[in-house]
Amino acid sequence: MLEVSSLSACLSGRPILHGINLTAAPGTVTAIVGPNGSGKTTLLRALTGDLSYAGTARLNGHEVSETPARRMAAIRAVLAQSTQLAFPFTVDEVVRLGLTSGVQTEGDNLPGRALEKVGLSGYGPRDVQTLSGGEQARVHLARVLVQVWEPVTHQGPRWLFLDEPVAALDIGHQLTVMTLARAYADAGGGVVAVMHDLNLSAMFADHIALLLDGRMLAQGAADTVLTDAHLSRAYGCAVRVNAVPARGPWLVPQAMAG
Amino acid sequence: MVALSLEREAPAPRDRAARAALTSRALVVLLIVVSVLSLGTGAAGLSLFGMARDLISGEGLSQRDQVILMDIRLPRLAMGLLIGAALAMSGALMQGLFRNPLADPGIVGVGAGAGLGAVLAIVLGGLLPVGLAALVGTHLVPVAAFLGGWASTLLLYRVATKGGQTSVATMLLAGIALGALAGALTGILVYLADDTQLRDLTFWNMGSLAGASWAKLGASLPLILPVLLLSPLLARGLNALALGEAQATHLGIHVETVKRLAILGVAAAAGAAVAVAGGIGFIGIVVPHLLRLATGPDHRYLLPNAALLGASLLVGADMIARVIVSPAELPIGIITATIGAPVFLWILLKRRGLGGL
Repeated sequence: MLEVSSLSACLSGRPILHGINLTAAPGTVTAIVGPNGSGKTTLLRALTGDLSYAGTARLNGHEVSETPARRMAAIRAVLAQSTQLAFPFTVDEVVRLGLTSGVQTEGDNLPGRALEKVGLSGYGPRDVQTLSGGEQARVHLARVLVQVWEPVTHQGPRWLFLDEPVAALDIGHQLTVMTLARAYADAGGGVVAVMHDLNLSAMFADHIALLLDGRMLAQGAADTVLTDAHLSRAYGCAVRVNAVPARGPWLVPQAMAG
Repeated sequence: MVALSLEREAPAPRDRAARAALTSRALVVLLIVVSVLSLGTGAAGLSLFGMARDLISGEGLSQRDQVILMDIRLPRLAMGLLIGAALAMSGALMQGLFRNPLADPGIVGVGAGAGLGAVLAIVLGGLLPVGLAALVGTHLVPVAAFLGGWASTLLLYRVATKGGQTSVATMLLAGIALGALAGALTGILVYLADDTQLRDLTFWNMGSLAGASWAKLGASLPLILPVLLLSPLLARGLNALALGEAQATHLGIHVETVKRLAILGVAAAAGAAVAVAGGIGFIGIVVPHLLRLATGPDHRYLLPNAALLGASLLVGADMIARVIVSPAELPIGIITATIGAPVFLWILLKRRGLGGL
């Protein structure tokens, strides 16, 4: 269980997040959405221990800011928005870094299976720095998957924290990655993802948290959060939400108001 | 260069592991070959064959040969191996720490700080109380240089660390400023120095193993040996750090500990090396680069292999320094720079094609 209450955080002394409350259960996908600068990534950084915060943020009962890196690494993995590799590691070497904490053992060709899941079979020997942005993003997703391969262990559920996991991907791979996240949650793990694509969020997330100016504007199921009123207020532009049968809300931005 | 292949396609990790093991063995062989050659090389015309013949025939070495071997060539060989390994290791550690293949102790001011310490000792050493001067004796310059390197590293760390987090960018920039400051203070001291001191300074500055002795070896060994033996323990942490500090933390690495230990290792190895051998450049940058080309950037292989190749390279360079203008000898820093700087430029040119440094 992820339990966040009255969480506030500053960046360089400037308050960014104000009194955030959020609960995410294992077995669900939570999407954090909101306009640029609303504090989505800052919230994720607080939840992953990168940023000090006031209030509480507990993951499986562990207060994030007080739990040693090694213990956190055993229960959650984090996919950053982008990763700049310092040296020419191969794809396989990078994916194996997911085994660094030593919590997840290599098992039965885990790196190979992770690469297969993200659609990069046979890429193992390639130099990561020579791959395209989207391919690199998927390499790091494979690394993150390797770190917390089993969604549930005897110590409880494990978590994926994803910061814009589909931003660099084409539409096919966006679906691949979101399906992976969905499957992880369906198998008992928890997924918390910062998302820009509201339609993908609506399709794959159980719970949507809409941020505006560092505050929670609305949260809940997609059809209660992704409404014309909320979105127009959050994004400052006219949005029309249509319900696609059996799929929940579906929206297209309207270039011209009215 | 033995066992270094420069293919464009990166080999598969399993191949890389096998290749790294092979490279290690080749480097050990290279080390032995270079060491033996080094023992047989020098101004005194003491040949390996002659020594071997004397030993086998049961006559034993002549007293002259014994003195040359035991008091000159062996300590010099040992110093070359130790300093070479220390320079390459400190470079590899620093590059892993800074996530930049062009970082080097010389860049973050450790070398400049150590240099300031040494110059301080050379120029102002005479002002020490006689009792104290007698106590430290010939160790004065090495000890001062090591302290200078250590102090600059600590200061650098203070400046660059905030709230338990060290910013690599701040540290690099602070290192540049610190290096400039140490350089300026060194300049003032050089201005104050008399002719004899200037001569000492010049030779120290160019870097040399000419003053090698068992005593100097004894002074640097306790600093360098632990770094050589323990650094490989940091390999996993440095590999994770290649993703960035936050992501290394997410992988379960206690990043602050890794950084602190790496900084300590760099200060000890580079400071001690600068102290006893002066400014010997480029080993710390060139050796890890060549090894990354051959076996990839994995620090588990890179760190030990860097020590091996650095040792061979410096002993080889020292051999050249001793024979090229025999019976006189060139400061070794000139040799390493002559070989190292073009290699460094070549690496830069190759990297330029890959887009950025």
